[in-house]
Amino acid sequence: MSPSSYREAVAFALAHGAALAGVHASEGGAVVRALLVEPDGACRLESVAAGGSPVPTLVDLARSVDWDEREAADLYGVVFAGHEPCRPLLDHDAPLTAWTVPVHGDEAHQVAVGPIHAGVIESGHFRFHVVGDRILLLDARLGYKHRGLERAAQGLTLADALPVVTRACGACWVSNAVSYAHACEEALGLEVVPELARARTILLELERLWSHLNDIGAICAGVGLAAGTQRFLALVEDTRRLNARLTGHRLLFDTVAVGGSAVELDADQVRDARTTLERIRAESASAWRELLFNASFMDRMPEIGVVTTDVAVSLGAVGPAARASGLAEDVRAASPRLAYDGFVPAMLRRLAGDVQARLEQRALEVIPCLDVLDRLLDRPLLAAAATPSGTEAAIGIGRVESPRGATTCVVERNGHRVERLRLRTGSYANWPVVAHAAADNLLPDFPLINKSFELCYACADR
Amino acid sequence: MLTLLRDLRRLRRTIGLPRPDRGRSLAIRHVDAGSCNGCEHELTLVSGPHVDLQRYGLGIVASPRHADLLLVTGTVTTRMHGPLLTAYAAMPEPRLVAALGDCALGCRVLAAAEELVGPVEDVLPVDLRIPGCPPTPEAIAEALLGLLDGRQPA
Repeated sequence: MSPSSYREAVAFALAHGAALAGVHASEGGAVVRALLVEPDGACRLESVAAGGSPVPTLVDLARSVDWDEREAADLYGVVFAGHEPCRPLLDHDAPLTAWTVPVHGDEAHQVAVGPIHAGVIESGHFRFHVVGDRILLLDARLGYKHRGLERAAQGLTLADALPVVTRACGACWVSNAVSYAHACEEALGLEVVPELARARTILLELERLWSHLNDIGAICAGVGLAAGTQRFLALVEDTRRLNARLTGHRLLFDTVAVGGSAVELDADQVRDARTTLERIRAESASAWRELLFNASFMDRMPEIGVVTTDVAVSLGAVGPAARASGLAEDVRAASPRLAYDGFVPAMLRRLAGDVQARLEQRALEVIPCLDVLDRLLDRPLLAAAATPSGTEAAIGIGRVESPRGATTCVVERNGHRVERLRLRTGSYANWPVVAHAAADNLLPDFPLINKSFELCYACADR
Repeated sequence: MLTLLRDLRRLRRTIGLPRPDRGRSLAIRHVDAGSCNGCEHELTLVSGPHVDLQRYGLGIVASPRHADLLLVTGTVTTRMHGPLLTAYAAMPEPRLVAALGDCALGCRVLAAAEELVGPVEDVLPVDLRIPGCPPTPEAIAEALLGLLDGRQPA
């Protein structure tokens, strides 16, 4: 496709309701591909040759691909015409002035935080441009944990690449694994059978359950409400122990494979799961009520870190953060390969897009999460294999709703080996939204704003 | 709030943790040198009601300047090499280093070789090794308490 028709095709799709969900360089930088998600959830790619010549930027059409283009420029040397300045993202040798936005004026100064933080927190660097305590702008520099996992997966068989892809993030193991497995199965022309869809949906919701409970506890920690933190940490521990009893691993590692599922649950395990989940439902509801009626806790949240609906759309926000800003989008509502029949995204009545809304959104989503588990854990689970459906392709795409939002995996294959792989997680999509949400707030509120998104650094760094 | 506190008191009784019999303390500074976030999530639960390491006088501290132990997760990436050394240099002596999780120990590392420096012991002298992918909160607590008692885990 010619450079101008590539841009026109993307602009046309965006004008007709599609969303741009990533850009990546392929074939060593010779090709650039834009990933489009149609309103019905169908994914497709628009590609353009990039060998030596500039590629038109898409960042003016959709700001959501700012990081994608900067990454492709840093790692593959792609030049994006019109993306100026194209600041370094993963090139950490670049000088400060190259990767930060220039901010000038009386009293304006910078506060550098990280990559090491005060607590059990992943590594990443934040550079705040402030006047007094007021944040004017935040330049976030991640990539400290860049392990080159996508490159490490190249040349491996599709099965052998799964442990490499999923090493991206321990907290999102299932989401990343299922998006990769779906991409491989689409490319291989494999169809998911109902029992396989059921196994993966159970695993995805078990991951979401501990993750959401953890995120509510993290907010309590962010404001120093120790009783809330401890209560929710206990619930997280309960879910991890249940995971271990069901699958042998507390974080559900190694429970997903390409082309099938080996996870089996007998009648006793299903009974154990149902009893434990009913108890978690009652205890988490009771603990959440306590937080709701704790005025000094709840008063800390409103009108901080606001993301309006317009901003959420233009930055391509995903997941609970996007829904808390009024975007009724959830990949689970359009996931034919999973067992979410008739799923409707849970939405708050109050559309504030602030820290409180993101906290309440998590609490709201715990309920349908438990409902899905309740529906699917009604009988023992058997091992299952995907069946050939006939249509093979060189490229497959998988898209899954992770606890932090839509995670997309593109797999380009050569026979049974990975030619190029791109994993774009919910965290990767939402980091620029965190930076945006921080602006205009007080510097001491940033930890709370950051925790209200509770994104993975590992997921974004890969 | 009363309900929360009552719940926690009940949990405390149900869990039935043994009474601490140690009289020493250890200030721990965690550094993520390139982990997958799995070790961090399990390490967080070491402070929860089911393990509650603080009751032994062990706690995560905010600065390496008052830490006794540097607890490192992940295989050291090229980009975290410098910050890790800076944190270690900021610690008062005597200081200890623990490598937490299989990646930090150099087992089953999955990554592009050019992005990594290597396991923690290639960079710092390691006093305590805590294997697991990730190690459970109990295993982490057991290893740290063993260090206080002068024993190394098997």
